[in-house]
Amino acid sequence: MPRLSSAFTKAHPALVTFITAGDGDTAANLDALVAGGADVIELGMPFTDPMADGPAIQEANIRSLAKGTTTADIFALATAFRAKHPDVPLVLMGYANPMTIRGGDWFAAQCTNAGVDGVICVDVPPEEDPELGPALRSAGVDLIRLATPTSDAARLPTILDGSSGFVYYVSVAGITGKQQAAQASIEDAVARLKIATNLPIAVGFGVRTPEQAAAIARVADGVVVGSALVELVAQHGDNAAGPLRDYVASLKAAINSARA
Amino acid sequence: MTTAELTPNSFRNQPDERGHFGQFGGRYVAETLMPLVLDLEREYRAAQADPAFQAQFDDLLEHYVGRPSPLYYAERLTEECRKDAPAGKGAQIWFKRDELNHTGAHKINNCIGQILLAMRMGKTRIIAETGAGQHGVATATVCARFGLPCFIYMGAKDISRQQPNVFRMRLLGAEVIPVTSGAGTLKDAMNEGLRDWVANVHDTFYIIGTAAGPHPYPELVRDFQSVIGKEARAQMLSRINRLPDLLVAAIGGGSNAIGLFHPFLDDADVEMLGIEAAGHGLDKEHAASLAGGRPGILHGNKTYLLQDEDGQIDEAHSISAGLDYPGIGPEHSWLKEIGRVRYDSVTDKEALDAFQLLCRTEGIIPALEPAHAIAAVAREAVKMDRDQIILANLCGRGDKDIFTVAEALGTVI
Repeated sequence: MPRLSSAFTKAHPALVTFITAGDGDTAANLDALVAGGADVIELGMPFTDPMADGPAIQEANIRSLAKGTTTADIFALATAFRAKHPDVPLVLMGYANPMTIRGGDWFAAQCTNAGVDGVICVDVPPEEDPELGPALRSAGVDLIRLATPTSDAARLPTILDGSSGFVYYVSVAGITGKQQAAQASIEDAVARLKIATNLPIAVGFGVRTPEQAAAIARVADGVVVGSALVELVAQHGDNAAGPLRDYVASLKAAINSARA
Repeated sequence: MTTAELTPNSFRNQPDERGHFGQFGGRYVAETLMPLVLDLEREYRAAQADPAFQAQFDDLLEHYVGRPSPLYYAERLTEECRKDAPAGKGAQIWFKRDELNHTGAHKINNCIGQILLAMRMGKTRIIAETGAGQHGVATATVCARFGLPCFIYMGAKDISRQQPNVFRMRLLGAEVIPVTSGAGTLKDAMNEGLRDWVANVHDTFYIIGTAAGPHPYPELVRDFQSVIGKEARAQMLSRINRLPDLLVAAIGGGSNAIGLFHPFLDDADVEMLGIEAAGHGLDKEHAASLAGGRPGILHGNKTYLLQDEDGQIDEAHSISAGLDYPGIGPEHSWLKEIGRVRYDSVTDKEALDAFQLLCRTEGIIPALEPAHAIAAVAREAVKMDRDQIILANLCGRGDKDIFTVAEALGTVI
């Protein structure tokens, strides 16, 4: 079974963790996420203009780019991660321009070579699928699409057509790392998604604490935590691995006890 | 008939049904925004088919904006350029006087159209980004006119160099929100506008100021601004019974240029020249996306962008805050690729010289944006015959720029 699908067939809901590539000691931080119990790793590709991100991830992008992080560096990080952690699924998340600048086929081939399992592209909606979708699908890389509070029943089939891996439910209409959605609205949305697809549903945006993660784990197949981890990297710089591992472990423990 | 007939091979039947101008344009937005962008397109199609919408738009342009704007023969500028021209050369220079519009620039044309759309859609809160502040002032103006709350995102650097416009926006009741991310200019203001929009989709309408962004914005902004070219074409025919030989307009995002050019695109004998900002020079910091960039995806559309080999967006530079943007509207990228419009650039220094030239020869203080076009007009006029005609868009007046110009000229005011 592919790495990404198996992450969602375990006894407990999956913990999906995000950090920005090139921010802090990324290789050590990725190891720490795995050590803390992350089931899926999302590695953010920094971009100069991260329109969907709040201040925490914007600043992580700026820090990373200021250090000169290139696309080649990101794929080198992914390649090294894959060699060290052969079973942990790795997803690249980012914006259209860095992913498509050398063509979708080039990007998909790089993903395959580096052992990347899936791609989340914030600003390539289904309407612009030819930009990236066909290349990823023919390379066997999952294209993980986003569903949002504005995705009504009529819209969902368009989003799901061509999606694979899992569905990322963006629980708030807004940017990353801000307010959390009401639990009831998340439950309703996951229920609607479950009717429309058999793909696992992971819920993110505004999920920061073990308590919030546990509440989402009661209804969803996966919980995505990003800004809270990126803030730890901001706080601890090149020494963030320990704090990251501990925080991820606390999230994982909360998720594992959620359906007890 | 105000424009040439639309034919199957027309240059005026873009974009396609997916919002693409050739390979450019499109709808590259976060999923949260997609339903809204699709709604906007539906509502725009309904508005286009609604004579009442068009009638209200026309009425406001006439009685509130002050259209039609005059078409003016710049006799002394023409003579001044002829002094440096070879014998028999020195084209006649005409201006479309969109700087005489209410609020002092062409931006108001588009804002009138978009706020009418916003109200049709039942939106109750307006946001916009601004560079030079002209679009911010125009947006704040229509919000005051229709009683809607208005929030303007403006780069911190632009706020400091465009203080008069910041004060105007505040007088008009708008909240001006400084943007400190990135270089604190138009690109960063647009990022913040998009962040606000995605968080307030239920009640907020984003009035984009240029012919860029996700489809249908490039199309609808062009359509609202096309009043410039439609009027100019009819005025030329009625005044001198012929069309101009060359159209010239400055380009940041390109809304004044596409507004002038579009109604003439199928007039095969009319050449067109779009002028980008070359800043300190094309080999240094500049804002000329077509001259120095390549196709990429930013702010909802695919278009020429200033960027590095990894697709990271470069900072633009121009003395004109309104041209200080690393991208360009997608229809211009397409018109460049098919060769229908020629694009060239003008440096900060050339624009400053042209600014002063127009002040002295015609008694018109232009904005720094059209000053770029005027520099190109002077350059082109000496190469053209005396009976040929250049029509340039004087898209904004320069009151807002006198402090910037004074500083550049080393004058304390």
